[in-house]
Amino acid sequence: MVPVEYYLGLSIVLFSLVALGVLILRNAIIIFMSVELMLNSANLTFVAFANQYQLISGQIFVFFVMAVAAAEVAVGLALIVAIFQTKQSIDVDQINLLKG
Amino acid sequence: MIPDIVLFIILALVAVASAVGMLFSKNAIYSALNLILNFSSVAVLYLILGAPFIALAQVTVYAGAIMVLFLFVIMLLGAERLRRSETLPYQQPVSIILAAILAVVAIYALLFRPLGIEAASVANPDFSSPAAMAEMLFNEYLLPFEVTSILLLVAMIGAIVLTRKRQRRVQR
Amino acid sequence: MLLLEEAVSNGPQLFWLVPWVVFIPVIGLLINIIFGIRLPEKVVGTIASLASGLAFVVAVLLAVSLVSNPEGEVVTLAEWIRIGDFQVRWAFQVDTLSVTMMLLVSGVGTLIHIYSIGYMHEDVRHNGDPKRFRRFFVYMNLFIAAMMILVSSDNYLMLFVGWEGVGLCSYLLIGFWFEKGKDGIGNAVAAKKAMVTNRIGDFGVLLALFFMFWGFGSLDFHTVFEKAPEVAEAAPWIIAAITLAMLLGVTGKSAQIPLYVWLPDAMAGPTPVSALIHAATMVTAGVYLIARSAELYIQVPQVQNVVALVGAATALFAATIAVGQFDIKKVLAYSTVSQLGFMVAAVGMGAFVAGMFHLIAHAFFKGLLFLASGSVIQGVERGHHHVEHDEKLKKTLKGHSHDFDPQDMRNMGGLRHTMKLTFWVYLIGALALAGIFPFAGFWSKDEILLDASLHNQPVFIMLLLAAFLTAFYMTRQVLLVFFGKSRSSAAQYAKESPPTMTIPLIILAFLSTVGGALNLPGLHTFGHWVEETIEHQEAPEFALVIAAIASLVALVAILLGWWLYSRRYNQLQELPSGKRPDDPLRQLLGPVFTALINKWWVDELYQLVILRPYAALSRFLAEQVDWRFWHDWFHEKVIANGYIGLAYFLSDKFDLRVIDGAANGLATVTQRFAGSLRRIQTGYVRNYALSVFLGLVLILAYLFFR
Repeated sequence: MVPVEYYLGLSIVLFSLVALGVLILRNAIIIFMSVELMLNSANLTFVAFANQYQLISGQIFVFFVMAVAAAEVAVGLALIVAIFQTKQSIDVDQINLLKG
Repeated sequence: MIPDIVLFIILALVAVASAVGMLFSKNAIYSALNLILNFSSVAVLYLILGAPFIALAQVTVYAGAIMVLFLFVIMLLGAERLRRSETLPYQQPVSIILAAILAVVAIYALLFRPLGIEAASVANPDFSSPAAMAEMLFNEYLLPFEVTSILLLVAMIGAIVLTRKRQRRVQR
Repeated sequence: MLLLEEAVSNGPQLFWLVPWVVFIPVIGLLINIIFGIRLPEKVVGTIASLASGLAFVVAVLLAVSLVSNPEGEVVTLAEWIRIGDFQVRWAFQVDTLSVTMMLLVSGVGTLIHIYSIGYMHEDVRHNGDPKRFRRFFVYMNLFIAAMMILVSSDNYLMLFVGWEGVGLCSYLLIGFWFEKGKDGIGNAVAAKKAMVTNRIGDFGVLLALFFMFWGFGSLDFHTVFEKAPEVAEAAPWIIAAITLAMLLGVTGKSAQIPLYVWLPDAMAGPTPVSALIHAATMVTAGVYLIARSAELYIQVPQVQNVVALVGAATALFAATIAVGQFDIKKVLAYSTVSQLGFMVAAVGMGAFVAGMFHLIAHAFFKGLLFLASGSVIQGVERGHHHVEHDEKLKKTLKGHSHDFDPQDMRNMGGLRHTMKLTFWVYLIGALALAGIFPFAGFWSKDEILLDASLHNQPVFIMLLLAAFLTAFYMTRQVLLVFFGKSRSSAAQYAKESPPTMTIPLIILAFLSTVGGALNLPGLHTFGHWVEETIEHQEAPEFALVIAAIASLVALVAILLGWWLYSRRYNQLQELPSGKRPDDPLRQLLGPVFTALINKWWVDELYQLVILRPYAALSRFLAEQVDWRFWHDWFHEKVIANGYIGLAYFLSDKFDLRVIDGAANGLATVTQRFAGSLRRIQTGYVRNYALSVFLGLVLILAYLFFR
């Protein structure tokens, strides 16, 4: 059996990587994809623990996270499209009207 | 038989590599495809972890639906790599440092501080069968289930509203 | 006999009437104040006299009740003060001593009221203000009311209320003609002098009240007199303090040394005032006070000695001054001071009965003498008026008619022909005063001399000398006024007074004659009467020796007076008018006579030693301390300028610079701070994500390592 710590470690590595991506990248869509990957790494943690404790609640939670992630993608991409219609660009650095 | 650990290492490597590839691809399409690969490897990991339903849901929902959506939008909006500009000079170094710190700290904690988690006594292969999932889902978690459906409805409406072209511009 | 005894023992109990002795005069004066303007003079006078007369009737009824119930009673009217255990009530004490005083005040008062109707009728016309008639009677009734409060009270505080009340009435009545007198304010100055001198005495009475409250805790007669022996045992100095302070009050009110100086000046008031207030009643209040406080005085024999010495010294001193006066009323005034000295000496020696007896007798004959002198003065004024308006006689007037002093005995003489009735009553009064048998003065003065000879030799000598001088100056006065030739045309044409004035004179003359029967030696009627109240009496045996000595002394004085003022005077008239002395005594005594005329310069001494330094001190305090230092420097410079300086400092230096600076500075700082903080809002999503991530890292690190 693979110790659960390995799964956790993988989850953390994935999370850090995409966090870095969210912070560095300027393409809105890729940032969004990184966010999805973040959620996915969290899902991995849940499933790992569900397996460890033989509790199915973890998997139920993953189920709901997936549903929410799907909804979120739909709305988020709609937002990006709407912004693209206004700004004709998907560079997040262009969205700086709240500059103080 | 391949030991579990070897399988795990292979899948882990694939996952990490595809993540890196997603981040640093020149083409957005390539990023999307990398992501699909990532999702798939994670799905296999789910299978190993005894979550067949989730694994298939992962493939279906994530790799199937969500990534397709992403691909649609990428193709709609243009997939070229954006040129670099120096609007935020300190953003990159600081982010790298922080991410590194996070990773190091977490792995350190993981490796050198035993979690003290005991495995469950019996490994029941049937514990996460679809039947069991359904039983849990429709009995205990019925309310979140229904609420989630409303959530999806709202998301649909939101997506439609957000992308509607502004037609009525009142001419004063 | 039995019936009489029964009637006497079960006599009427009319003590509850006693508040009316105060209320009736008050009602009288209220009627006169409210309605008096519209009433004719006779009605005003009658109302006032009736008020006084009814008070007399009430006093008689009280006396009758006392015959059957000699212990008397206390009639409480209302509670006045109650502070913790200390209580003072408006309560009237009906006992033999207070009823005696009530009878005297209202009886003599009524006679004087009746006399005043006639006297004031002429006086207001002589002084030119007929409307002031009513005011006189209002004041007189007020005086009767206050005096009644004084004598009928059952505690020292109410007595003091009456004490001050009579002082006020004395002031009002002395200054009745306030716009007349020397330099137009002379009468007012005399009234002020009376008030101020009395006030010094009142200070003494107040001190006595304070000591009494301290030592006894109460001001009631009963409480104080009961506790007197034990307090005397425990702390005799308290009783000595009380009695000495009271003595100061007595010297003020009863005109003893050193505060007697107001009484001669008080003659500036109308003559009835002098008769009632300054002869018969008010000045006797001091004697009454000591007699009432007998219980206290017998505890401190040393103070009693002081009192007796003060009285005797005053008696002698005043008698010497009376010898040298030319004003008819001034002679009588100093005589009053002297006789009051007799009374004070008597009660000082413990002879309370003798003192009260002399008080009553003196009220009779001194009242008579004053009223009769008023009659003389008005007779001379009438004569002067007659001379002024007669063409022929006007030429005989010496000097300006306004300078004519109707009270100066040098302008009189030979009045026994023109004013017969006045002459005879005056003679009776003079004989009574001189202490000639069988008039009232003989009996009362003799008893005092008897007591003095037994208890206190120095006092006896002084009183005997004073008696000698008394007879001498009365002889002098009678001879100068009534005998010899008229020394001015006014005296020649003097006229007798109307019956409203002469009838009271006759009554008083009668009383002066038979008044001795009150306390004949052996019978001691009055003594037994007063004994019910004042328990410590010894009635000494009648000593013929003393009586003989006293009578001899008086007769010698009369003979000497006769020789000087009849024989010698006529001899001196033969000298040319330049070398003629105005008084035979001036030849005899020389510089001593000058001292006597000038009252031994006591007033001048007081002026020099007390009044001038005091006025200088008050002027200094007012001008230097109050105006220059306190007002000019302290208020203006220190307070006002200091305040202005402080306000300037606070407004300019502090408010503008510090506070405004702080407020503005705060705004500036906030602006700058906001300006620097604004830079966090870059507007870039990635920056925001970075800060979120930073927080996340920190929290996770904390959670991992907890």
